[in-house]
Amino acid sequence: MTAPVDEPVLSIANLRVAFGRRSEAVRGLSLTVARGETHCMVGESGCGKSVSALSVMNLLVRGATRSADHIRFQGQDLLGLSERDMARLRGDKIAMIFQEPMTSLNPAYTIGSQLAEVFERHRRSGRRRALDRAAGLLERVGITAPGMRLGQYPHQLSGGLRQRVMIAMALMCEPELLIADEPTTALDVTVQAQILRMLQKLQHELGLALLLITHDLGVVARMADRVSVMYAGQVVESGTVPEMFAAPAHPYTQGLLACIPVPGTARTGEPLGSIPGVVPRIPPGFIGCGFRDRCAFAMPECAEPVPLRDAGGDHAYLCRLQPGWQQAAA
Amino acid sequence: MTHAIEVRDVHRMFRQRSGVMGAGRSVRAVDGVSFSLPPGDVLGIVGESGCGKSTLARLITGLLPPSSGEVLVDGRRLAGMDRRERARLIQPVFQDPFSSLNPRQCIRDIVSLPLAAQGDLPKRQRTDRVMQMLERVGISSEMAERLPAALSGGQRQRVAIARALVLRPRIVVCDEPTSALDVSVQAQILNLLAELRREFGLTYLFISHNLAVVEHIATDVAVMYLGRIVEKAPGQDLFCRPAHPYTKALLASVLTPDPGLGIPDVGLGDAYPDPANVPPGCRFHPRCPVAFGDCAVTMPDNIRRNGRLVECLLP
Repeated sequence: MTAPVDEPVLSIANLRVAFGRRSEAVRGLSLTVARGETHCMVGESGCGKSVSALSVMNLLVRGATRSADHIRFQGQDLLGLSERDMARLRGDKIAMIFQEPMTSLNPAYTIGSQLAEVFERHRRSGRRRALDRAAGLLERVGITAPGMRLGQYPHQLSGGLRQRVMIAMALMCEPELLIADEPTTALDVTVQAQILRMLQKLQHELGLALLLITHDLGVVARMADRVSVMYAGQVVESGTVPEMFAAPAHPYTQGLLACIPVPGTARTGEPLGSIPGVVPRIPPGFIGCGFRDRCAFAMPECAEPVPLRDAGGDHAYLCRLQPGWQQAAA
Repeated sequence: MTHAIEVRDVHRMFRQRSGVMGAGRSVRAVDGVSFSLPPGDVLGIVGESGCGKSTLARLITGLLPPSSGEVLVDGRRLAGMDRRERARLIQPVFQDPFSSLNPRQCIRDIVSLPLAAQGDLPKRQRTDRVMQMLERVGISSEMAERLPAALSGGQRQRVAIARALVLRPRIVVCDEPTSALDVSVQAQILNLLAELRREFGLTYLFISHNLAVVEHIATDVAVMYLGRIVEKAPGQDLFCRPAHPYTKALLASVLTPDPGLGIPDVGLGDAYPDPANVPPGCRFHPRCPVAFGDCAVTMPDNIRRNGRLVECLLP
């Protein structure tokens, strides 16, 4: 079954994830990722971005409950799938890359055997063909002498090489959707730039739908077509990247942008922008804006349900402040 | 003038056993570093993982002896200095506030330990000093009774800073103090460190892998590569006019939030630096986009140009 052309590869509607009665990590998340598109979920630790990704894969820890109107992948709702059917999709049509490549790779097996396993399992291929494909992909992700690397173990590789191996592994079965959870956070800046560049090139060549999770607005600005800014389990602002960076509308997004040091712009003695306080833990049943305790523009009404505002085009934000408030405040 | 920190041709090697049969290799973590830091200044040290910046921090705080060379703090040799005396002079703040605080002690006891170890203040006065310092870094008195597990990452780093400052040292060595924190909290901690420096007249050695973070706090910046300082210059100069190809690549790799610029091509190739196998000549030449024939042969040792140190053969 193929999806209609205009149907997004991934469509999440009103996703909620709770950990018992203590906390609700995701509160009504909706987003779509189209073919060939990069959608970034950005936010600080604890905002629910990784949990959202894991719930698409149905890999949440025991004790977590997920509910949603739908989680559609190529027109098929993943919510009703059995574990067996889900396991067929994972690593095949939907692939995922995690932050720390050392803990995602098995230290006891060679790179070659781990890469080949994915292909053998999903494509019922022999080892020989799988290894040929693995060598080809290692070359595509920019690893020289792939034949030699196939025989090596993860500990013999640098962090950047390991993450390249993880990307090659994710691409073994030609996925439609790639979910990358902070793929370059553990890497040095020069290596990060190399890996992101390679990922972007491959994505364009293969027409992948990429859901990229990051805490770094710099990565968002340089990589993404669309962005969802998350705070306390909600998307507080979303839009295309040019829209959002041209006129960030949510006070949290603005605060986050002011926190980023940009080289060549620092003035001595001038403090860096910062957001006071810490990210709160939100219990189920919480009403109102999750950011109100840290927000410079908070008012008593912020404890009531928050309206979703239209900022023009695809740009929307979740806040009591009216569109154009930035000009009024300035 | 007495320098707050003076490092004279310091080397530090580690023996590394490789595998079952391996004869052992030696890793040159710090390979001939010299610099001096006047009191009240902030020297930022940047470089990628494995460049030796944390080893350098440990050498300067006296947690590790150098293989050769010497470290002077406040004009006196660190080697052979009494531990208590050293603690009154120089204190560290580490990267990970989750592992640097004792999980079984309450915040107040953690911060008062350096005072107790000095043993010259009665308990009442110790507690007063601890509470003052905690208040100064933004930790409430009720939080002082809690265990580290009850605090967020940013709050723990505040505690680590209070512990470092409670003895009123003159020099603080900050090793990646914000890299385990979220951006909004990182900015809080950087601003706090800048305030405390002015207030207490502190000298910082500030180590980070993030160039952008260093710019906000440092008066001078040193860039390390494979155990050596390859460029050192006043902060503004280095950020506006980087001279070493490696500094240029590092700066180009910082992803600023500018949509439309795309991912930069830093042109460094795949040859990842290995401190156990330092290349001959200029140690950066295998990755350098502008290397020429002589770079593989001649080591650019201690070249000074327009008031800055640039270890590069290119004019």
